[in-house]
Amino acid sequence: MRSTGPVVASELKPHKQLSTLQRFLQYLRPYRKEVPVALSLITLGAATQAIGPFFIGWSIDHLIGQGNLRGLLLLLAMLALLYIVGVWAIRGQILRVGSIMQRILGQLRQDVFDKIQSLPVSFFDRSEAGDLMSRLINDVSTVNQAFGQTVAQMLGNLFSLVGIVIAMLCINLQLGLLSNLVVPLMIFTTGLFARWARARFRVTRETIGELSAKLEEDIGSVKEAQAFNRVQLNIDEFKALNAANRDANVQAVAITAAFLPSIDFLNTLATAGVLAYGGYLAVTGAATVGVVTAFLLYVQQFFRPIQILSQFYTQAQSALAGLDRIFLLLDEPAELKDAPDATTMPPMQGDVRFEAVEFGYTPSQLVLKQVNLHAQPGQMIALVGPTGAGKSTIINLILRFYDVSGGGVKIDGVDVRRVTQASLRRQIGIVLQDNLLFTGTVAENIAFGCPNATHAEIEAAAQLANVHEFVTSLPQGYATQLGERGAPLSQGQRQLVSIARAVLINPRILILDEATSSIDTRTEALVQAAIARLLKHRTSFVIAHRLSTVTQADQVLVIQQGQIAEQGTHAELVAKQGVYANLYALQLGADATPVAR
Amino acid sequence: MVVGYGGAAVIDGRFSIGELVAFNSYLLLILQPILLIGFAAPAIAQAAASAERVYEVVDAAIEIRDRPQAVPFQTCGGRITFENVSFRYPGSTIYALKDVSFETQPNELIAILGMTGSGKSTIMNLLPRFYDATQGAVRIDGRDVRDFTLASLRSRIGIVFQETTLFSGTLRENIAYAKPEASLDDVIDAAKAAQMHEFITALPNGYETLVGERGVGLSGGQKQRIAIARTLLTDYSILILDDSTSAVDAKTAAQIQDALDRLMHQKTCTSFVIAQRISTVQNADRIFLMDKGRLVAQGTHDELMRHSPLYGVILESQVKQKAPV
Repeated sequence: MRSTGPVVASELKPHKQLSTLQRFLQYLRPYRKEVPVALSLITLGAATQAIGPFFIGWSIDHLIGQGNLRGLLLLLAMLALLYIVGVWAIRGQILRVGSIMQRILGQLRQDVFDKIQSLPVSFFDRSEAGDLMSRLINDVSTVNQAFGQTVAQMLGNLFSLVGIVIAMLCINLQLGLLSNLVVPLMIFTTGLFARWARARFRVTRETIGELSAKLEEDIGSVKEAQAFNRVQLNIDEFKALNAANRDANVQAVAITAAFLPSIDFLNTLATAGVLAYGGYLAVTGAATVGVVTAFLLYVQQFFRPIQILSQFYTQAQSALAGLDRIFLLLDEPAELKDAPDATTMPPMQGDVRFEAVEFGYTPSQLVLKQVNLHAQPGQMIALVGPTGAGKSTIINLILRFYDVSGGGVKIDGVDVRRVTQASLRRQIGIVLQDNLLFTGTVAENIAFGCPNATHAEIEAAAQLANVHEFVTSLPQGYATQLGERGAPLSQGQRQLVSIARAVLINPRILILDEATSSIDTRTEALVQAAIARLLKHRTSFVIAHRLSTVTQADQVLVIQQGQIAEQGTHAELVAKQGVYANLYALQLGADATPVAR
Repeated sequence: MVVGYGGAAVIDGRFSIGELVAFNSYLLLILQPILLIGFAAPAIAQAAASAERVYEVVDAAIEIRDRPQAVPFQTCGGRITFENVSFRYPGSTIYALKDVSFETQPNELIAILGMTGSGKSTIMNLLPRFYDATQGAVRIDGRDVRDFTLASLRSRIGIVFQETTLFSGTLRENIAYAKPEASLDDVIDAAKAAQMHEFITALPNGYETLVGERGVGLSGGQKQRIAIARTLLTDYSILILDDSTSAVDAKTAAQIQDALDRLMHQKTCTSFVIAQRISTVQNADRIFLMDKGRLVAQGTHDELMRHSPLYGVILESQVKQKAPV
């Protein structure tokens, strides 16, 4: 099958990079006191590194050359001390910068998580949301790699480089200028290689993306592949993708392979330059042997920082692109805002009205048109209609996951936009087809909507939901740990747990999306009885799939293309010989015999 | 060290300054590789651990493979026999199938009915050899399925899974999953028979519409019809249908039923349906009723209604959930 390549992190335009960096730097603000300490440690570390060769050179001229053994030992002791200070400073700066960066990244992750939790449901309905989420996870780790792990090293190297250059210029201006001639050459070469490598590595990332997509898909569908005899074909397809990735990597390696020798060549060139010109200066007496020795050491030393810095530059670019996407998410408007004068929803009676409600997920396309409905307290409303007709949308509007585009949704006569969302949703219970259970104990899962519930309350809810008996039969009862998505509970048992959840909230209004998939007969009976108990005396909106449900409903609403096509009890609608009767007959056609309970 | 000892040596006259400088440079050259080795050691340890896991997979034994004298499976007479078949999933201690025996007639439509975990899906795993029977034998026209080459056996067995996997690619590629070289006409014919052609041509990109992870989403009913089209395009002569429909509206259900009927009558010699619908059960020539790994009853709908209390219970549990819409 064809796989479209993953979206490769794009690079930002320079001015955008700058503003993203500025915004990132604002995260430094809480560390105002620690940053100067870290910077001084960096300076100290760099200075000790820069000063070493100078002393060695000096010792050659003034101690070794003069035969001063005592002086030499003294200098050695001093050098040792200097290095100890240097090592201490470098360790300190890596620790401090690392810790500051980790705290900033922790804050960033927290910000992202907080944001995601409070984003409006509409954000996740947008098609690009999933893609954005998966990239975000990547982005945070890219930023972590670039800023969390290498920034300390990078800063250290930057300061050393500056220190070395200053030291060189101070010791001997002419020789210093000459040696530094090679720096622009280095930067140019590294930049050139970086650009080539980036192009190559982009291909390797694309091909590895295709490869892993293929891997994931084909591993997930081995049964299909075997059933349809696709095994050899899949192997061949994988072989081709694998080869493409291998070739891309080989090409990337080829560039890396040429890079190091080129740098070595420049290094040798610089050394030769220093030797030639320095030698000339030494012969003519303009410089001493010690100075030339010091320079040779410096030239060796300053190549590493340049290399590291230019590598960091590439890393920093993708990190900035990642940061930019993170900030983009952080700038998303949060959940529907409570009105400034929003009040707390008083305890509900359960009277729900839709008044000429219009709604579209996008402004151009209305999903609901002129919907009017009225559910009296305690009534059961069955919503019926083809997939995509607008049943879920009606539910979304009651919960105010979205705001209407026209008209109004009122509960007990209060427009849902006038009350706080928390107070609204707290009083509405939801039981979905496939209910998400979380890693945690059974008790925690039941108390999901009211974490403060006592154990007695939880047990009472479980009893009403017909799940108490099952839970107590588990070796660890209510303390049984559930895995991801509620494993090892069966689907029916998960439904019972979610019913217990709703019972515990004791809502006046209940939303129920009936399950369609088959569960075993016994559990099914338990679910039915629990639901019947749950619905009693509550206003309920049920997306109905069962005949028993529609026959019991006080009102059946047939939704078609965003409008209420018919409304009435089951018997009335069948008698009417309209859309509903038609659908009913069709279903009977498909199932031959109506099986009602 | 070098500067100290070397410096002293130079002062003593045993060493020249030039030698000292050279020595110093060597020192730097030596240090770098040592550092690199230090960095590489943990990476090598990690790599070794990962390599071990990779080899675990690579070395895993393939239990189901062609026998040395395997023959290609060519024509199907329609006589499928289970001979005292017992089966235990690898690693499990309990038998999923216990001593199951039956034989089908050519062109029969068999519905298999049972609760979750009764073994009805397991029966269907043994026919295309996703697993081999622990005891007993599965035969087609008297020949053990283990005597056929896997590729030929599976190419003649059409399977419609309960869950349809869509692959990232175009609709055309998805329908032609088993036969990538199929012409567009063949693909269209299959889609027409599966009642999908109309829907597909209404899409802006028609058969070239991308589906799967990055493409358009299809509803459960549409996916199932894609799966039917996929199977229609193969050279199946034995059909296995896991007919558990997800929530679909009545119109879609009728379309699926229509597509299934074509699937069952087009090229098959024998069809097995893991049944969920009353209509399927009623149309079946025989119904196999499974309970806890055993084949507890078989017969027509009417016969079972009369003789098997379990039949009524199961039928109700599976069908009653389907309300008018």
